[in-house]
Amino acid sequence: MNRGSLAKILSVSAVGALVLTGCGQAGQGGGSASGEGPVELTMWTHSAGNPAELEVYEQIIDDFNASQDEYEVVEESFPQGAYNDAIVAAAAADDLPCLLDMDGPIVPNWAWAGYIQPLGLPQEITDSLLPTAVGTYQDEIYSAGYWDAALAIFARESVLKANDIRIPTTDEPWTLEEFDATLATLKAAGYDTPLDLGAEDAGEWWPYAYSPMLQSAGGDLIDRDTMLSADGTLNGPEAVEYFTWFQEAFEQGYTSNAGTVGNEEFNADEVALSYTGVWNALDSLDTVGDDLLILPPPDFGTGPRIGGGSWQWGISSSCDSPEGARAYLEFSFQDKYITAFSDKQVVIPATEGAVEASQHFGPEGDLRPFVELSQEFALLRPQTPAYPVISSTFAKAGQDIMNGADVQSTLDGAVAEIDANIQSNDGYGF
Amino acid sequence: MATASLTSRPASRTAADPGEHVLRRRRKVWSYVAMSALAVVFLFPLVFMFVSSLKPDAQILGDVGSPRAFLPVGDISLDNYFGVFDRVPVGQFLVNSVLVTVLTVGLGLVVNSMAGFALSRMRWKGRSVVLAIVIATLIVPFETIAVPMVYWVSKLPTLVMEGGILKYDFGWLNSYHVQIVPFIANAFSIFLFTQYFSTIPKSLDEAARIDGAGWFTIYRRIIVPLAGPAFATVAILTFLPAWNQYLWPLMVVQQEELRPVMVGMQYFFQLNTAWGEVMAYTSLITLPVLIVFLSFQRAFVSSVAASGVKG
Repeated sequence: MNRGSLAKILSVSAVGALVLTGCGQAGQGGGSASGEGPVELTMWTHSAGNPAELEVYEQIIDDFNASQDEYEVVEESFPQGAYNDAIVAAAAADDLPCLLDMDGPIVPNWAWAGYIQPLGLPQEITDSLLPTAVGTYQDEIYSAGYWDAALAIFARESVLKANDIRIPTTDEPWTLEEFDATLATLKAAGYDTPLDLGAEDAGEWWPYAYSPMLQSAGGDLIDRDTMLSADGTLNGPEAVEYFTWFQEAFEQGYTSNAGTVGNEEFNADEVALSYTGVWNALDSLDTVGDDLLILPPPDFGTGPRIGGGSWQWGISSSCDSPEGARAYLEFSFQDKYITAFSDKQVVIPATEGAVEASQHFGPEGDLRPFVELSQEFALLRPQTPAYPVISSTFAKAGQDIMNGADVQSTLDGAVAEIDANIQSNDGYGF
Repeated sequence: MATASLTSRPASRTAADPGEHVLRRRRKVWSYVAMSALAVVFLFPLVFMFVSSLKPDAQILGDVGSPRAFLPVGDISLDNYFGVFDRVPVGQFLVNSVLVTVLTVGLGLVVNSMAGFALSRMRWKGRSVVLAIVIATLIVPFETIAVPMVYWVSKLPTLVMEGGILKYDFGWLNSYHVQIVPFIANAFSIFLFTQYFSTIPKSLDEAARIDGAGWFTIYRRIIVPLAGPAFATVAILTFLPAWNQYLWPLMVVQQEELRPVMVGMQYFFQLNTAWGEVMAYTSLITLPVLIVFLSFQRAFVSSVAASGVKG
């Protein structure tokens, strides 16, 4: 390296460093007023890379900012896969925004950790929402959302009729015996793997999709009365029976984890039944048309269940202007915005008024069955700060069982891990 | 004897020539076959990426498992690239990554080479202890110190422009320099420079000192010009991690306009992954790295060979 090169490196680097030092920004401040003008309310969403969702947020923000001159909401979006890490880092640096959205099951943990404060919205707003669109911890409301999602079993009417299979309804869903017989019939009819359970997916999908089946069988992720132990619920006889069925479904080739995340196999008629979400419904409607059936999941013993609780809004504990944040949220929970959001995102609106006005979910809407499934069968995941540990432990145990592990000992191990975590955190406030 | 050996050698060489020639040729052919096979193994992921970036999602998934996955056949278009530009401010992300990478590497070369110089050429008390501590930090994974580092950088003083006046504030979050400064000093780079500088004869320093040169002159005029391979190696080894930064910018940068390319990858993983757009985006962000590598291929190989370091 010659002298000239070193001098160039030195000078370019020094100039760059000086320029960039001038680019420093103050922290989020969680809502701050800089001299004259409105109080700035920072707002974080998990919606980066999702133009349809951002479009509605931008509309709400523009309308709110134009409707008054006391506050100004400034939105920053993050990609969903990186969002929780960004929140945890911001909390460590005491740099949380004023308004933030969060996945429903994480709400109790963030409330317990002190990231968010009680929401404080008027009761008429929170009462008007789907119960699964409200996040609580220790009987206090910490979050509320515009929508919820729902899972269903997608099928082709022609395929069921051709194989003399009864079409289940919300009043009379398939029993487990009927469901097994259906899978056997469809396999005999030529479907190599008749059911797509989405087992190739990972992470939160596992508790979201499969813990409702466990609950339908009579088990659960934790004893919801105490929130202190999973013993007897996650490893009791009902749980063992359910997971034995789950394992055998893979062993018998009724389902597999070899597919792709999404609903491609069903749309291509490679599987006859697909256990999937409302977000895949429009694609399937486009492909299958009127032949598409949106069916309730089977009854494993105590009635069908589906997971509830999606993305919701909360106010950070460090927000300097919580009254401004509440003003924004109150403004945003208007039916017209909730309807726009649900129709663009294809998710179930959280208010009755928005459901009625919705193109897809209204009385004549093509996705109306999801509203009924959500109202009839949705169950929140346990509202405890231990949920992140329960979620990851449940997912690992389920995957091990799918791959052939002994059911009872795997569930016992999961219970021991969850209980140890709860004990080491002094019961998480319960 | 001498005469016999002199006369017999050419004779035997002439006799062995055709066989040896064929043997050498065969070896060469086989080595080319082996190298081509290896090249194919390394090239296929790139070919798959570029080819898939031109296909719709359903076709990408359908072609997996057949040779079609590596061929630009079927419904080929640039739609995924248009989709990428709709979803992600890819130009801004590329500019950010180039800026952060160039400055991290450039400042790193200066700072780390000076540290290496001090540790290898200057005599001072505790030198070996400091070198041992520097090397010891190599075993600490970055993930374990990331959160405490976020806390610290959020408390550091910085300069901000407010109403045209330069003012002090606290907190480095949401800036370019928070993505650069923590990665300028690099233990492995210091170690490499120290090792390389140690191989340069000390007599050069002594001669320079007799001529009246100070430490900085010795560093700048003697050591740096003789340490080209070490500089090139460090530049290569620090370029890729800087370009691939993901966790740190994710934690310390909240404003979209300051994010680097790797954070942008997450934009495509929604409820259903847009695989075609993922491939188009990875093609776009791989291109600058490929261009840099292909442009400096000879320098890279020779510097890595000279320093005996594998990246």
